[in-house]
Amino acid sequence: MFKNMYNWIDERLDITPMWRDIADHEVPEHVNPAHHFSAFVYCFGGLTFFITVIQILSGMFLTMYYVPDIINAYYSVDYLQHQVAFGAIVRGMHHWGASLVIVMMFLHTLRVFFTGSYKAPREMNWVVGMLIFFVMLGLGFTGYLLPWDNKAYYATKVGLEIAGAVPFLGDYIKELLNGGTIVGAQTLTRFFAFHVFFLPGALLALLAGHFFMIRKQGISGPL
Amino acid sequence: MAHKHDPNEKIVFIGDSRVRKRDYSNVTPPDYSAFPGKSEAFIPNFLLKEWMVGVVVLVGFLVLVVAEPAPLGYPADPLNGSFIPMPDWYFLFLYQLLKYPYASEDYLVLGVLGLSGLPFIALLLAPFLDTGKERRFYRRPIASSLMVVSLVAVTYLTWVSWHHYTGELEKNGVIPEHIEREIKAEEAIEKGLPRPIPGREKIPAMVAADDPAFTETMTQAQCISCHGAELEGANGPALRGIGDVLSKEELVETITNGKGDGMPPFKGTLTTEQIDQVATWLSTQKAGAAE
Repeated sequence: MFKNMYNWIDERLDITPMWRDIADHEVPEHVNPAHHFSAFVYCFGGLTFFITVIQILSGMFLTMYYVPDIINAYYSVDYLQHQVAFGAIVRGMHHWGASLVIVMMFLHTLRVFFTGSYKAPREMNWVVGMLIFFVMLGLGFTGYLLPWDNKAYYATKVGLEIAGAVPFLGDYIKELLNGGTIVGAQTLTRFFAFHVFFLPGALLALLAGHFFMIRKQGISGPL
Repeated sequence: MAHKHDPNEKIVFIGDSRVRKRDYSNVTPPDYSAFPGKSEAFIPNFLLKEWMVGVVVLVGFLVLVVAEPAPLGYPADPLNGSFIPMPDWYFLFLYQLLKYPYASEDYLVLGVLGLSGLPFIALLLAPFLDTGKERRFYRRPIASSLMVVSLVAVTYLTWVSWHHYTGELEKNGVIPEHIEREIKAEEAIEKGLPRPIPGREKIPAMVAADDPAFTETMTQAQCISCHGAELEGANGPALRGIGDVLSKEELVETITNGKGDGMPPFKGTLTTEQIDQVATWLSTQKAGAAE
């Protein structure tokens, strides 16, 4: 039955080439950790994506309980951490995953840098990769505020002061992020919106570009 | 091989001419021939191997998650002037960099744009700055050494920042709030009390509020200026329910000799007898007795 359904769709949309291209393209030996142990350095990109998927999934579950409001934010996190079944695990995954994704991305960037893989014809993919890096740092920065404890509050205050020091635009950037002149209720809702809608949207678009270019150009050859 | 195709196959339009049956007969994906060797298909062969690496990472990750709960401090208090700010660890190098002279105060613009912005822009545009064909890092001394120097600098700055932070904690005798919170929660649970929720603790009612130990001695000794007029806590901790936390002997010790920076010793101000009366009264302040 599934085969018939598949054929019915395939006749109309010609979907076979799309997934066959992804499934069948060959991966060269020099990036395969089964053939060369040292090739595990080529896994960091995939691992970054893996952790990113964990972040998206755990984050979706966190928003089921999290309340982005200065009175309730802290208590919703507290509730999530101590009352909700497996809440501590889900929040733990999101908390530690946020660090791990930075680590993996950092290692991936270093691998690409030291193997010279960013060179022609892959310049655009490097630039997109760096943009992903900045979006990830933005996700880390905005997510840090959300539990609304003292550590979150004062780190954000410091971060916004640094953003405010950018010449000419600093004050505008600061006010845009702040949603006013103080770190308060507006800042929290704004950071929540950035963290949950704007930045993940940008991240997914950039990731799509990143993967499209990898597929189009293939993996850089052995050194 | 992936797409076996009959080279004589005609292009077939199905129904709508916008959906065209593709012709792969003369397309050879570059990675088929570029690296002869033991290449294999992405799904499932290669992905399975990458998944094995992923599983090792996942297990390590989950062990960390289970062993170390995500931290949570006390609710944000914008009036808390003594809190030592602490960005997430991967921002520490930037935080530290912008504390140095020539990167802060009057030179903050230089610090933000020159020392932090420029390297990031250089990194973003690396392929356009390093345009040589050579890929091996040891044949690209300038690019590689710049990166190595940056890595060393970032590591050093992160270390200095963390070192400074732990030093500040030690100097001020501060336990990070998320740790203090856990310790207090564990203490409460050991005593059979519910896990306290910071900022929403239920303060037990006062027991025997007309006792002269409270109405006279404690009022004269200015206890209420720190502990609150109803002993509900202000700069100092709440004393209602203190009987659940400290024994009478511990209370005598605290009142006599003080505790930490906040609680002064009262051995000169109050007589031993007065201290004993106050401690006796305080030790009756139990949540159970108040109900």
